[in-house]
Amino acid sequence: MQSKTKIIKANSNRFNRPKNTSDRIFATVVLIISIATFIIIAYPLWFVIIASISNSDLVNLGKVTFWPRDIRLYGYQQIAKDARIWSGYANTIFYVVAGTALNMVVTMPAAYALSRKTFKARNKVMLYFVFTMFFSGGLVPTYMTVNALGLISTRTIFIIFMALNTFNLIIARTFIENSIPDELYEAAVLDGCSHFYFFIKIVIPLSKAVISVLILYYGVYHWNDYFNALLFNSKSEFEPLQIVLRRILLLNEAFSSGTGVMGGYAQSSADQVKYAVIIVSTLPILCVYPFIQKYFEKGVMIGAVKG
Amino acid sequence: MAKIKRYLEHNWQLWLMLLPAIIYIFVFCYVPMYGIQLAFRDYSFSAGFTGGKFVGMKYFMQYFHSNMFFTTLKNTFLISAASIIVGFPAPIILAMIINQIRHKKWKKILQTTVYIPYFISVVVLVSMLNVLLAQNGGVITQFLRAIHIVGQNTNVLGDARTFIPLYVLSGIWQSMGWNSIIFIAALSSVDTQLYDACRIDGANRFQTMIHIDFPAILPTIIILLIMNMGNILNVGFDKIYLMQNSLNLGASQVISTYVYSVGIKSSQFSFGSAVGLFNTVINFIFLIITNKIAKKTTGTGLM
Repeated sequence: MQSKTKIIKANSNRFNRPKNTSDRIFATVVLIISIATFIIIAYPLWFVIIASISNSDLVNLGKVTFWPRDIRLYGYQQIAKDARIWSGYANTIFYVVAGTALNMVVTMPAAYALSRKTFKARNKVMLYFVFTMFFSGGLVPTYMTVNALGLISTRTIFIIFMALNTFNLIIARTFIENSIPDELYEAAVLDGCSHFYFFIKIVIPLSKAVISVLILYYGVYHWNDYFNALLFNSKSEFEPLQIVLRRILLLNEAFSSGTGVMGGYAQSSADQVKYAVIIVSTLPILCVYPFIQKYFEKGVMIGAVKG
Repeated sequence: MAKIKRYLEHNWQLWLMLLPAIIYIFVFCYVPMYGIQLAFRDYSFSAGFTGGKFVGMKYFMQYFHSNMFFTTLKNTFLISAASIIVGFPAPIILAMIINQIRHKKWKKILQTTVYIPYFISVVVLVSMLNVLLAQNGGVITQFLRAIHIVGQNTNVLGDARTFIPLYVLSGIWQSMGWNSIIFIAALSSVDTQLYDACRIDGANRFQTMIHIDFPAILPTIIILLIMNMGNILNVGFDKIYLMQNSLNLGASQVISTYVYSVGIKSSQFSFGSAVGLFNTVINFIFLIITNKIAKKTTGTGLM
């Protein structure tokens, strides 16, 4: 073992050490490109953060570039007073939790059933699902269907409209198929184990990785979704956060707290409120991000071997 | 009969587990497909969903003859083509660069950072564009003006000429990192002996990248390219709709946003269905053609 590690180390050293001028130039170019990429990706995010706490007059004059200047929290104070944002927040959290729970309850059992090689109908059922990835009724017939079901402007539609994503179903099926050996099921059957029992007691605990990935995918989808709300909802009390954001950020609707947007001071501060709104609405996802990063890399890999 | 009974004994549990998914797909995917006939009928409120008078291709003709037909088709194609041509190589290059970074910590920091934008919602992304590229005081506008990429009076957000670059580049900014994951994974599985062999033959690092790394990820590249090509008319509604304004509409009105504005907003249900169906059919044909070509040339396909 020891000697093997040594050899690997020696190899990688040989590989790492810049041997000649061309390698040194190459390493420099890689470094420069990677730093440039980092700046291009990170700077807009950083700028939004510093702009949200700086004096917005200085921001508009282009005086705030790298560090916050003349720190003030006006934007955050305005948000704290704005009832629409908090109701949007509450709605979104409800849709994310309920919607993702339903997603998992629909996706995982179906994925398990489709992963059984003894299940003769599975290819036909799979086709039934996969076909919808490539062909759809389109926007208007979908709207008419939801309308006919009486689900327009209800909370229900937010939760059930995307109850299953076929791509995620494939990810889960592939994972179960590849990571849970058939022998395990055969042994369980000999002990009198049913599909239900096997699914609950064996498959779910062994599928933690793919379950985390799907919760992430579905959760982020529900959190970021505004299209369904735009299409199917017209009641302001059911509006999710993204629709509220759209009103404030893109349609420039005045803040509920006041008429202040008219004045010069408030006009310049309106931008600061925008920056603050961006931070407040994106923060929850960025907070869980470090914990889930290792999972989603795995998830992309599972998805990559799709059938 | 006994056969059926035996089958059900073995499989009823599996069917029960599939049932919610089957019902969901039936109601929200197959019922709307049945509703496509709306495109061939006059919608009437009293006759209901599919009870209107059959009018054949009337609404398709109305679309083909309208002046929006050429505009929406052209915009959709241009946006997709630009997204694929510029947007597709970006994550590949990024993955190859990341793979070449030897400093572990820097590599980790860079990877973590480039994935973040993927989790930003499209509403927030478009708002960020709006504030960062604002005509007055947008920090990126000022930078671009300083280096003379845009003119002093150009309104980046409200100009038909800047719409496509803005759409494509912001898309790259958002999803380049995420899309690179799959290539990074493919690169990490390259046998290191290959590098050693190549080094012994006198290759420098750039040459090993071209002759080992690139061929290693080529199959992945081809598969993803096919999938992208099959989606050529499927430009995302979300972002374009939010980026639209009266100044850039000439470049930003695509088929999907047009369907929304005529079909839902102005309640021309039959006309909207017809335009939507046209889009779906074109996409489907594209997918089948690319899949066929891919199967013939590379032996790998989707179906």
